[in-house]
Amino acid sequence: MPVRNYPWSGVSEQLHDSELEALRAGDERAFQELVARMHAPVLRLAMGYVRDRDLAEDVVQETWLTVLKNLDRFESRSTLRTWILGIALNVARSRRRKERRLLPFSTLWRRDEAEGRGPTVDHSRFDTSGSWKEIPDSWSNVPESRMLSRETMDVVRQAVDALPASQRDVLVMRDVAGLDSEAVCAMLAISPENQRVRLHRARASVRRMLEEYLR
Amino acid sequence: MICRDVVELMTDYLEGALSPSDVERFDAHIAGCDGCRAYLEQMKATMKLTGRLGSAEPIPEPLEAELTRAFRHWRSEKDRPV
Repeated sequence: MPVRNYPWSGVSEQLHDSELEALRAGDERAFQELVARMHAPVLRLAMGYVRDRDLAEDVVQETWLTVLKNLDRFESRSTLRTWILGIALNVARSRRRKERRLLPFSTLWRRDEAEGRGPTVDHSRFDTSGSWKEIPDSWSNVPESRMLSRETMDVVRQAVDALPASQRDVLVMRDVAGLDSEAVCAMLAISPENQRVRLHRARASVRRMLEEYLR
Repeated sequence: MICRDVVELMTDYLEGALSPSDVERFDAHIAGCDGCRAYLEQMKATMKLTGRLGSAEPIPEPLEAELTRAFRHWRSEKDRPV
């Protein structure tokens, strides 16, 4: 499956067969580069399933150990990147199941509300005819130094981590890891429509947090 | 099309999931509506910033070292004749 080349994604370039070959041949540098490039999406995915960063890093570690154990059996039916994220998802989910058995979950886990219903933009922002009462700010007026600041990125990160798992998985795979919708639908076993709904709600939530912050 | 509905179609639009006639109506609305145009730009900027998370997360050194050790171990096991 092709990986869509998002110009804005830091991790989107397709892994060439030669890189897979390098890994299998035991090229340490190739492995380290792949680990570095995949770290953000794997970690973000994991953060949604476990309660803190230490546990999320455990998930990262177990993911890579599982990747190594199965690398020789990987059959290129999906891209290596998609395959690795699928493993990360399984590891994170089973880790959460274990945690839930050990801990009173009501105190630890935010409820994973379904896809969510209702509008993604509060209807009070529209008049009775459905037009904007006050038009949204143009972010092109925000200086780039502010737009790309550490603080702004922290807002984005927190907004992503706060999403319900069903939405966050899609957003991380699509907009952070740069997978295409086909790969994401296959991995999560959801329809393209459902994938778009989740993606839309997730992007709209992150947008809302940014709007509040940048106001 | 009214703004209240247009904002809910943004992702379908960006994903190329709207019918050709809906794309036409969407484009016509956006062309004449400063509010929805600003909202669409905000959505695109949001996607761009979310994408930047991909490069803004350095792997902690101890974890990297641990994984490199695991890789070397995997390599040495792999090369051992069965």
